[in-house]
Amino acid sequence: MNAAARHAVSRFAPVATGVACVVLFFCVMEAVIRAGILSEYIVPPPTQVLAAFGEVVTQEHIVRRFFLTIGECLMTGVMITVFGVAGGVLLHRYKLLQQATETWVAALAAAPVVLAYPLFMVIFGRNAWTIIMMGFVAALPPVILKTIEGLAGTRKVLVNVGRSFNLSASQQFWKIMLPAALPTIFTGIRLGLIFGLINVVGVEFLINYGGLGQLINDLAERYDLPGTYAAICFVILVSVVFFMTLEKIERWLRPVN
Amino acid sequence: MTTPILVADQLAVRFETAEGPVKAVDDVSFSVRQGEFLSIIGPSGCGKSTVFNVIGGLLAQHDGTVRVGGELIDGPHKSIGMVFQEESTFPWRNVVDNVAFPLELTGMARDKRVERARHFIRMVGLDGFEKRYPGELSGGMRQRVSLARTLASEPKILLMDEPFAALDEQTRLLLGDKVLQIQQQLQQTTLLITHNITEAVQMSDRILVMTYRPGRVKRIVEIDLPRPRTSDIVGSEAFGRYVAQVWSDLREEASRGLKDEEEHMLHEAQP
Repeated sequence: MNAAARHAVSRFAPVATGVACVVLFFCVMEAVIRAGILSEYIVPPPTQVLAAFGEVVTQEHIVRRFFLTIGECLMTGVMITVFGVAGGVLLHRYKLLQQATETWVAALAAAPVVLAYPLFMVIFGRNAWTIIMMGFVAALPPVILKTIEGLAGTRKVLVNVGRSFNLSASQQFWKIMLPAALPTIFTGIRLGLIFGLINVVGVEFLINYGGLGQLINDLAERYDLPGTYAAICFVILVSVVFFMTLEKIERWLRPVN
Repeated sequence: MTTPILVADQLAVRFETAEGPVKAVDDVSFSVRQGEFLSIIGPSGCGKSTVFNVIGGLLAQHDGTVRVGGELIDGPHKSIGMVFQEESTFPWRNVVDNVAFPLELTGMARDKRVERARHFIRMVGLDGFEKRYPGELSGGMRQRVSLARTLASEPKILLMDEPFAALDEQTRLLLGDKVLQIQQQLQQTTLLITHNITEAVQMSDRILVMTYRPGRVKRIVEIDLPRPRTSDIVGSEAFGRYVAQVWSDLREEASRGLKDEEEHMLHEAQP
């Protein structure tokens, strides 16, 4: 095997192995269900789920629902970026405030915020704002925490370079501290968006409103199990694509390490 | 004799530590003439970098005064350009944007500042690397970017704190050549902080030897070697004599430093 072939194998082998594992898992599930070990009234065989995919796409307005969910996620993303980064900068700037609240922000990151959805429904009503605000609250802490971490982690020598060029406090922030912190801040935004997507779909399911989450709820209530699992698989696919896109953007923003 | 462009008078710095106040630098006075290359050398812990920070205006709490062209300075000053020991390029900017940074601060138009930056990039021998990011460059190249960035601000005094400390000996000698060449080309007044004797002798007109803690001026050695110089000079007999002379001054201080460090470690190891 020449060097180019070895390079191609080493590049594609992990992806191929991953896909093979998923295919193997579905084959095992198919066999287990067909053998009657798992009831097909609870878990439909993967071939039925695959067959239901077409129906879900053509009859359940999945494209419209997809854009609705993505729209809610993007709105959440804009809000966590604006308020999360601003909050992180504020906490970094005022140490007392940081010391007083950082633990609470970290605790909020670990809290099952989704359980508070009835409260949000009372405040915002059964509409997209409840979903967006739930996503926002769940996704905000990582952005705040990573912004603080990024700003605090700015190398002292870079700050000293700024000082040696007589930068004002505002120039020091915009020209040195913020660009230096950007990769860490973006990691926070990426984490936040993932939390946001989980919560957006979850709340759509719980309040039976909106995009993909509501579709899963609808199909489950109709006891259309192959359709339900097909919709769940679609959401997982969306999450994977979402995650990979964010990783690409992050790499693009971080020129060369 | 030329009038001094930089005068440091009775500099003293004291740091508060857990074991009480420590006098890092005491009664350090010297001057640097226009176009002169002065090196400050001393053992580890003698306060060289503290002197660097005081002169660069990064350390406000000190006694004594620093004057540039007769003007008393009490903070970072546009006449002094600093090159740091640690890698200090901006990783999010490519080479040309790194070097153009001080020009950007003056509000110079982009075209003009890029052209100016390219001039300094050529000067440090990095032409062809303008669009590269620091992460794509070697340590020596990154230090040259830092040097070009500082030169782009056209400082009256170039202040460098062990800029080649992290590099291997061969790269260090070659970069020393580059700095000498630039210094001679621009007639740049330069103050170099170093612990490397050959580097100091290779480049300097005078070497200020500091004592171990508290750092004081032990002696100032005039280096009467012909200019223009290159690293070829390290093979000359005169060079060897100067190295020996500086080492004889430094040896006692370095031994004191080593002993002090050993005692400190023993003290810390005691239950």
